[in-house]
Formats: sequence, structure tokens, C-alpha cells
Amino acid sequence: MNLHLVGTSHRLAPVEVRERVALDAEGAAALGAQLARSREAVCLSTCNRTEIYLAADDAYAADREATEALASLGGVAPSELEPYLYRLEQEAAAVHLFRVAAGLDSLVPGEGEILGQVRTAYEHGSVGPMLDRLFRDALHTGKKVRTDTAIAESPGTTTSAAAALAAQVFGDLNGSQIAIVGAGKIGALAARRLIKRGAKLSFVANRTASRAQLLADQLGGEAIPLEGVAQVAKTADILVSSTGSPDVVLTKSDVAGALPARKGRPLLLIDLAVPRDLDPAINKLPDCYLYDIDDLEAVVEETLQGREAEFAKAEAIAVAEADRFRDWLATRDVVPVIASIRERAEAIRRGELAKASGRLAGLSERERDAVESLTSQIVNKLLHEPIVRLKEAAVEERRGPENRLEG
Amino acid sequence: MAEQLVWPVLLAYGEAAVAYAGNVRNPGTLGRLATWGVRIGWLAQTALLVVQASRADAFPWGTWAGSLNLFVWLVVGAYLIWGCSPRFRLLGLTVMPLAAVLLAVSYASGGTRTDEGTSWSDVLLLVHVTFVLAAFAGFTVAGGLAALELWQERALKRHRSGLLRLRLPSLVALDRLTVVTIAVSLAALTAGLIPGFLRVREHGLDVLMGATLAVWALYASILYLRLQSGRRALSASLALSGLAVVIVLQLGLLATHVA
Repeated sequence: MNLHLVGTSHRLAPVEVRERVALDAEGAAALGAQLARSREAVCLSTCNRTEIYLAADDAYAADREATEALASLGGVAPSELEPYLYRLEQEAAAVHLFRVAAGLDSLVPGEGEILGQVRTAYEHGSVGPMLDRLFRDALHTGKKVRTDTAIAESPGTTTSAAAALAAQVFGDLNGSQIAIVGAGKIGALAARRLIKRGAKLSFVANRTASRAQLLADQLGGEAIPLEGVAQVAKTADILVSSTGSPDVVLTKSDVAGALPARKGRPLLLIDLAVPRDLDPAINKLPDCYLYDIDDLEAVVEETLQGREAEFAKAEAIAVAEADRFRDWLATRDVVPVIASIRERAEAIRRGELAKASGRLAGLSERERDAVESLTSQIVNKLLHEPIVRLKEAAVEERRGPENRLEG
Repeated sequence: MAEQLVWPVLLAYGEAAVAYAGNVRNPGTLGRLATWGVRIGWLAQTALLVVQASRADAFPWGTWAGSLNLFVWLVVGAYLIWGCSPRFRLLGLTVMPLAAVLLAVSYASGGTRTDEGTSWSDVLLLVHVTFVLAAFAGFTVAGGLAALELWQERALKRHRSGLLRLRLPSLVALDRLTVVTIAVSLAALTAGLIPGFLRVREHGLDVLMGATLAVWALYASILYLRLQSGRRALSASLALSGLAVVIVLQLGLLATHVA
């Protein structure tokens, strides 16, 4: 049985193509089931990729069917879809999935959402021994990369740095309240990033009420006038400010007045405005953490410097895990040979026992069991070494220079 | 036999301490090695305690050195509940060296021997020692958590840009765990003090008992400050000071108490 992958992603296809072949979890499960007749199939579909993993004896037929299914999904001829497709086989397909699960192939490298999407695809897929092992190893790789490297903690923009800092202060952002001061694009972008991590928008404060209302309608929450910001500081967990105001919109005394009501709950203040909206002295107040645009850029720069090393570590993990999968594949190839050797040995053992049955006729039931057990043990011990050697030879053959995996 | 078992424990705890230190610079394999060191060491120490209990004619942890042995086991056990998850590995750097040193002190002072102890029939003493030591172990772990929380608080205030790469538990999670650990430990201390005071009639009040009452008051104030007044940083600082007090009590005054 061969492992085969056919798919498309942000690396090859523009969004117009990707959106036509994108599927939700149920659709992906249905496609997997459709392709799974006499083979294993899993469809992984996210906003940036649609990939079909197949384990089939006839890889060519499986590929053709999968390509036709994708083309039919997109409402185009297979030849039209062809330029946007990539195909990988055996170990290369495994390395690819391991990199995907580790977030190394994502549009935003290191993002954690993909691991959940791989798990969903696995759970909904039509898996057999090969894809089961492949996806379990991929999920293990994804988790290991997130545990052993800081790749997921590498924000690439100031707004994602703000979201990462919020997670560092509050952990799970589910239930955290966000207040946005200024209804501009940057504030909205930061709010979206926080909402994506589970936070909830409570207030949008803006000088122009209609713009505040528009953003509140889009993202949820309540529109309030700019003068109400001091009150908001009593309940919000994260306050993001990005107005065009030349003056400070929230002073130290405003926040100090809100602190008793907060009962020690931390307040993260993100000032994305230039000139700054939030009084820098707020950072001196207990339980208040104020980051301005320069602080966030320093975070981004620092993580970008470290990102290369983290990427190298993550790639090494993915390759090492793929090596293990390859070894498993290699030993899998010799399973029929091993089964046949065992069958032959067992037939010889039974034949010899049958020949000796006359001489063993006087044995009690217990003694017969002992002879059965003894001969089985001798056969197993004799076969153990050759079987181990056979597996090692299969692994070594795969590990030959021409078969070595490339990172 | 019991004496011999201490070596694998010391080796495993020492390995964990060194590996945790290495994990700060190079996270990954060293962190896992440290975690296994903690687990194996704790299991070996459990075996040590079981052997001690089965061989001793009397409660073997009623002595100063013996109680230190049990204390270390409780501290590492409390840390093991959640401490081995990757985000809490930095906490291991505070807990494991302390555990290794205290166990070495206990061993050097005869805390792993089986020929000394207090009669098993003194139930009040057994309950008293077990609960008080469990409480002290909890306060020790809470002190480590508070240290980590205060350090992170400082890093956030100073905008340390490399903070995210350390993959620490969140500030809120550390605060919550510190409070929960203190609350549970305070309940254990209360349960341990009651039989202790019942014995006062026979043995009289000593300095350690007075100091333990002060510890109870300190941790009760910490809970009050945190839950009622919302003084998070102050309560974390007090929890850290409490750790110092607990160690002093454990190492110093307990010797006079059990003498």
C-alpha cells in the first residue's frame, strides 16, 4: 500500500481557487468517505489548503479519482485545476503533513489552529492502519513542536504581539473583556486578533458615535462616547487605544480611580496610537501593564530574531518524526514476509509434532500442553533474531543515501 | 536497605535540578529529562518511605531529620500534581534544587534511618506531623509559584521583550494556583494544629508552636488580602516571605520542638 497526497494550498493557488475547493468538516468527511472505497482517505481542508491523503495499492487510480473529486468540487475541469495542485508520495507526503501539523507550512508560521484542524480531519477521515499511524504521528509532531520550541510564541506584527501579551497575562482569553478606544483600522485589527483567541468585545469608544456603532455592530459590544473611557477601565481586561487624538485620552488618575473596583484583576493596556493616547504613568499603577507601539515593536523584533532558531528546531523535529514514520513504513513492507516465515515455521512445528504423536501417546494432557508450549517457544526464539534482522535490513535499505529524507 | 534507597532519589532529584537549569537555555529534551527525574525520584522516595514505615518499630518521621524526609516527599508530590507540564518547568528550577538539598540534609542527619521514631500508637502526633508537614509542603510550592508570579509581573512592567519566548504560565494562572495552593495548605495546617494543641496539655507550648500559629495568621492574611482586598502583588510577596519562614521553621525550630 502506498501513501499519496494530492492537494492545493496558499503556496500555489490564489484565494479564488482555494475558496472553490474548500470544505467544512462534514464536507471533508464526506469526500474522504467517497474516496475511501477499498483504500484509506483523509481530507484536510482549511481556509489555506485542501489536501487529500490516500493510502492505496493503486496510487495512480487513487490520484485520478481525488483530482476529479477536487475539480468537481471547484466546478472546473481537472486540467484547469492541475497548475494549482501538488502531489507527494510516501515519506515526502509524511514530511509534508508533519510540517503542516507543526504550523511550518502555514500562512502565519507557527499558528496553532492548524493542529486542531488536522485532528478534526483525522477524526472524520476514513483511516486504516497507514493513515491512522500517519495522522497520530503528525499530531504528536505538532504537539512536540509546540512544547519544545517557542514557534507559537513568535508574533510577527504589533497587533499579534498585543494578542500574545494578552494571552501571557490572562492565559485563556475566553471571557476576557476587550475595550477599543478609537474605531480605526488598527484598533479593529487588534480586536479581531483578540476575539479570535476567545476574548469578547465589550465597548467601542470613539469621538464619532456612528463609527463606534459601525465597529460595535461588526464585532459585537456597545458603542460609547470617548468621555466614557474612564468608566470602561473598571470592567475591561484589555484596553486597546488607537485614536488620532493629539492629547492623552486616559490618564493615570482615571485608571487609578477604577482600580478598587477591579479587585486586583490585571489590566492590559495597548496603546497603538502616535502620539500616544494613554498616559505612560499608568504602567506604574499596580496590576496595570501598559505597552505602547515601541514596546510592541521590540517584542516583534525580539521574537523575529529568535524565530529562525525556533524554526530550525521545529524543522528538525518534523524531519526526525518523519524518519520514525519512514522506519515504520519500512518494517511494514516486510510484514507479509515475516507472516509467511512464521506460518511456514508453525507448519513445520505442527508437522513434526504430528509425526511424533505415536511416541507421545502416553503423555498426560498437562504434559502435552508442556510439549506444545516448549516447541512454540523454541520456534519463537529461533525466529526472533532473523525477524529483527529482517526489520533492521528493511529500515537500513530505506535509509540508504538515495532514500534519505530532505528537510 | 532504606539507607541505600536514598541514593537513587538524590541522584534523580539532582539530575532534575540540573536538567531544569539547562532547560532554561535550551528547552525541549532537557525539560523532559528533568520531568522524568522528578517522577523517578519521587517514586524512589515513596519506596524509601514505605521501606522505612515497614521496618520501623515507631513512626519514623516524628524526628527532625525524619520529618524533613517526609517534607521533601510532600513538596515534590505537590509539585508533581501539575508542575511537570511544560509551562511550569521554570518552577521546577526553584523546587528541585531545594528538594535535593533538604533530602541530603535529612540523610546526613539520619532522616532515612529506621531505628528512631515516635510510637505508632500516638495517633494525635501522627496526624499532627502529617498535616503540618503537608501544609508546609504546600506553602513551599506556593512560595515558588509566587516567586514566578512576581518575576513575571516585573518582566511585564519592564516590557522585557523576550518574555513570550520563555513560555511561562500566564500571570492569572499563577495567581489562581498560588491562592488555591495556599487555601488547601491552610486547611491542612488547621487540621494539623488541632491535634497539636490537644497535646499541649501534656508537653506544653514551645517556640515552634507559637511560630506555627504566626504562620497560620500570615497565610490567612494573604488569603484575605488577595480575595477581599484584591492586593495581588502584595499577597504574592507575602507568600514568598512565607516560604522563607516555613523553611526556617522546618530547618531550625523543628529541631528544638522534637528534641
